[in-house]
Amino acid sequence: MYLESSYKIRDKYLRTDMLPTMFCPGCGIGSVLQFTLRSIEELGWKQDEVVWVSGIGCSSRVPGYVNFDGLHTTHGRALAFATGIKMANPDLKVVVFAGDGDMSAIGGNHFIHAIRRNLDVTVILINNFTYGMTGGQVAPTALKGLKGTTAPYGNFENPFDISQLAVAAGANYVARWSVFNYVQGMNSIKKALQKKGFSLVEFLSPCPVSFGRRNRMKTAPELIRWYQKITVPISKAKKMSPEELEGKVIIGEFVDRDRPSLDEEYERYKERAKKLMGWEE
Amino acid sequence: MRYPFSVGRSDFIQGDEAIARAAILAGCRFYAGYPITPASEIFEAMALYMPLVDGVSIQMEDELGSIAAVIGASWTGAKAMTATSGPGFSLMMENLGYAVMTETPMVVVDVQRGGPSTGQPTLAAQGDVMQAIWGTHGDHSIIVLTPATVQEAFDMTIRAFNLAEKYRTPVVLLTDGEVGHMRERVNIPDPDEIERIYRKIPKSKEQGKYPFRDWDGDGVPPMPVFGRGYRAYITGLTHDERGKPKTVEAEIHESLIRRIVDKIEKNKKDIIDYETFDLDDADVAIVSYGIASRSAIRAVKILRKEGIKAGLLKLNVVWPFDFEMIERIAERVNRIYVAEMNLGQVYHLVKEGANGKAEVELIPKIGGEVHTPKDIIERVR
Amino acid sequence: MRKEVLIGGFGGQGVILAGVILGRAAAVYDGLYAVQTQAYGPESRGGASRAEVVISDEPVDYPKALNPKYLILLSQEAYDKYLSFGDDGAIILIEEELVPHRNKELEERFKVYALPFTEIAENTTGLSLTMNILVLGFLTKVSGIIKEESIEKAVLDAVPKGTEELNLKALHKGFELGKKALNGEL
Ligand SMILES: Cc1ncc(C[n+]2csc(CCOP(=O)(O)OP(=O)(O)O)c2C)c(N)n1
Repeated sequence: MYLESSYKIRDKYLRTDMLPTMFCPGCGIGSVLQFTLRSIEELGWKQDEVVWVSGIGCSSRVPGYVNFDGLHTTHGRALAFATGIKMANPDLKVVVFAGDGDMSAIGGNHFIHAIRRNLDVTVILINNFTYGMTGGQVAPTALKGLKGTTAPYGNFENPFDISQLAVAAGANYVARWSVFNYVQGMNSIKKALQKKGFSLVEFLSPCPVSFGRRNRMKTAPELIRWYQKITVPISKAKKMSPEELEGKVIIGEFVDRDRPSLDEEYERYKERAKKLMGWEE
Repeated sequence: MRYPFSVGRSDFIQGDEAIARAAILAGCRFYAGYPITPASEIFEAMALYMPLVDGVSIQMEDELGSIAAVIGASWTGAKAMTATSGPGFSLMMENLGYAVMTETPMVVVDVQRGGPSTGQPTLAAQGDVMQAIWGTHGDHSIIVLTPATVQEAFDMTIRAFNLAEKYRTPVVLLTDGEVGHMRERVNIPDPDEIERIYRKIPKSKEQGKYPFRDWDGDGVPPMPVFGRGYRAYITGLTHDERGKPKTVEAEIHESLIRRIVDKIEKNKKDIIDYETFDLDDADVAIVSYGIASRSAIRAVKILRKEGIKAGLLKLNVVWPFDFEMIERIAERVNRIYVAEMNLGQVYHLVKEGANGKAEVELIPKIGGEVHTPKDIIERVR
Repeated sequence: MRKEVLIGGFGGQGVILAGVILGRAAAVYDGLYAVQTQAYGPESRGGASRAEVVISDEPVDYPKALNPKYLILLSQEAYDKYLSFGDDGAIILIEEELVPHRNKELEERFKVYALPFTEIAENTTGLSLTMNILVLGFLTKVSGIIKEESIEKAVLDAVPKGTEELNLKALHKGFELGKKALNGEL
C-alpha cells in the first residue's frame, strides 16, 4: 500500500484554525480519522461533495477538524440528521463519525432503522468500550467484567456486538478491525465509502484516559496488546465453539452485498406515485 | 409547476390538510414524521403529495428522528417541516433547541391534545404553550403562531415558513385537535400570488466560512447550503462566528445567545400579529388565541348586546409577546380575562404585561371541550 | 343567520360524511360560511358517531352546535343523547326503525319527521348505505338552508367514483320526500 505523506493529508483535509484537537494522548480517534481521510484521498473524492455528520462524544468531534461541510448534532441522533441530508440531496456523500455509546445506546434505535432503510451513508464507528467524553462510564459495548465509573465493580450486563447488529438489521457492508489493523481498516473504509446503501466500519480504538486507566491498561500500547489478545479473525472464529469465543471480539469483513439503498428506492417510489396518479405514463 | 390539489379556488378541508397544502405551496419539499393523533392527517397528506412534487416524505422511527431529519434536510437548502402532538413534541425538545442554536429554519407543527403524558389523544387542548416557548433548555427565543380557523392554519403555515427563512429560526405552528380536525372553507390562492421568502445564503466563500457572523447587521447570518463548497461546520455547542466550538468563553456565549434572542425580540413588530374586536372602547378585555378565541368572539358579541362593553384581543402569535401592548390595554380597561384551554399559561404573560394596571383573571378550560361562549360570558358578566 | 345542524348515529351510517357534504355545499357552493366538526376518538370506532355543522352568512365564531335548529338522529343512542339539545321549533329527522323508544312529550317542542330512511334508501338504490345522502336531500328540502344544486355538487365531490348516479338517486328521493313532508302528504 502506497501512503501519501501525512503532511499532505493534514494540509489538504484538516481545518488548521480548528486545531489542536481535544483528543487525549494515546487516543485512537486520530488514527481512524487518518484512515478515513487517506481513503477519501485515494478514491479521489471531492471535498465539496461530502458531508460529515456526528452526534455527541469524543468521536463525534471529528467533523469539526476536517475541511468539509459538517453537522455536529445531538447525542445519538446523527443518523436521523443524516437521513434528512441524504434524502433531501441524494447527490451528497455522507460520512457519519460516531462513538459506540452514541450509536448503540442513545442512538440505537436510529442505528437499526437507518440500516433497515439501507440509508446510503458510511458510519465510521469508534468503539472504545466506554463513554469517553463523560469520563469513563460503561457503554453497551463494554464486555462483561470491564470497569467503568458506573459499574465500578465490573460490568454485569451483556454487551452489544454492534457489527453483528448491523449485519442482522440489513447493512450492505460491515467490517470491524482494531486501529492496529490499519491496512485492512483502510481497505474496509474504501469499500464502505464506495458502497451504495448502509456501510459500517467499526474500530476498536484505545481510550487510555477514560477506559484504560480503570482497567489496568494505562497506555495505548497496553490496550493494543489487549486487542490482540481478545480479537479473533473471522476465518479462525468460524472454527471455534461459542465457549471458546466467550469474551472475544471477532474482526474481519462480515458482509458485503448490494441491496438497493433508500434513496434509490425513493426514486422508484416517486415514479410509482406519479404513474398511479396518472401524472406520468 | 403542477400541484396535487386544486389551487386558485376554495375548498372545504380539515385544518391538518390545510397545513399540508400550505406547506407545499410555501415550498416545503421535505417532511419527516411519526404518526400521532390528532396530527397524523398532516403526515398522511404530505405522504400523498410529496412524491408527486418531487419532495420527500418519510416516516421516521420516532419524533426525535423526525425533527432531526428535518434539520438535516434544511441544511441542504430545503424548506422542511414536521408535525406532531404533545408526546412527540416533548420528544422533540432537545433537537428544537439544536435548531435554535444552529439557527436552522424549519417548521414544527404541534396539534395540541390533552396532556400531560398520553392524556386525551383525540381531544383538543392548549396546554403546550409554555412548552412551545420555553420547552427546550437554555436561554433562547422562538416564534410561536396560533391559528384559530382552518384558513388561518393555511395562512399561518405559509407565514411560518417565511418567518423561519427570514429569521433563520425554527417556528412552531401551535394549533390544536379541534382546528386540526374541523373542516372549513379555505381559499387556496393562485401559487403565483403567494409570497415566499427564502433564506439568505452567503454571497461568497468567505461569508460561507462564517455561518454565524452577522454580516448585514440584522442579526441573521447568511446560511450556507451543504454541498456548495462553503465547508461549513455546524455544532450545537456554543460556537464562534466561524462555527468553532467555544464552550468556556463567557463573552462568546453571551454574544451568540444575545444575537439569537435579539434577532427575534428586536423584530417583534414584524413578527407579532393580533386582531381586536370591539376593544377600543371596552371596559373589560378578553385575551384569547387559537380555537378558544372563537368562543371569546361570540361571548363579546353577546355581552355587547347585554350592554356590557367587552372587547377581545385575539393573539395570532404568542411568542414573541407584546407585553407593552397588554400594559396599554390594562391602562384603559377595568379587568382583563384570559380565556385559554389550559389552567393558565398565556395568563401569566398577560399578567406580567398588565403590570398591575388592571386585574387579570383566567378563564380556564380543560377536558377536551372548547369553552362555550357561556363559559366566558358568565365569568365576565 | 347562524344555523346549527347536529347529526348523530353510529359508525358505518356515514354520519361524518353527511356533515362534510352539507358543510361543503354551504361553504363552497352557496358562498356561505360553514364549519364541520365531529366527535372523534373512541366514539368513532364503530360506536356512536356525531357530526356538527354550523352554517352562517358571516364568519362562524364558536364552531360547535349549541342549540341546533336541525337534528338528524339515526340511532336510539343519538336520540336519547341529543334530542333535548334542539332549539324550540327545531326540525328533527328520525330514522324511526332505529329509534323504537321515543319521548313524545319532548318531541312536541319540535317539528319531527320520523321515517324508515334506511329502508327507503335500500328500496330506492338497492344500497342501504345511501341513507345518509337521502337524509341530506330530505333536510335540504324541508330546511332550505342550502340550495339543492349546491348539495348535488357537494355529493358528487364526495362520493366514490362510479357511485354518482346511485347517490344522486338517493338525494333526489330525499328531495321528493321532503317536498311531500312540506305539503303534509307524508
Ligand atoms: C441527551 C444527552 N444525554 C447525555 C449526554 C452526555 N454525553 C455526552 S457524550 C456521552 C457519551 C459518549 O460516549 P461515546 O458515544 O461512546 O463516544 P466517545 O466519547 O467514547 O467517543 C454522553 C453520555 C448528552 N450530550 N446528551
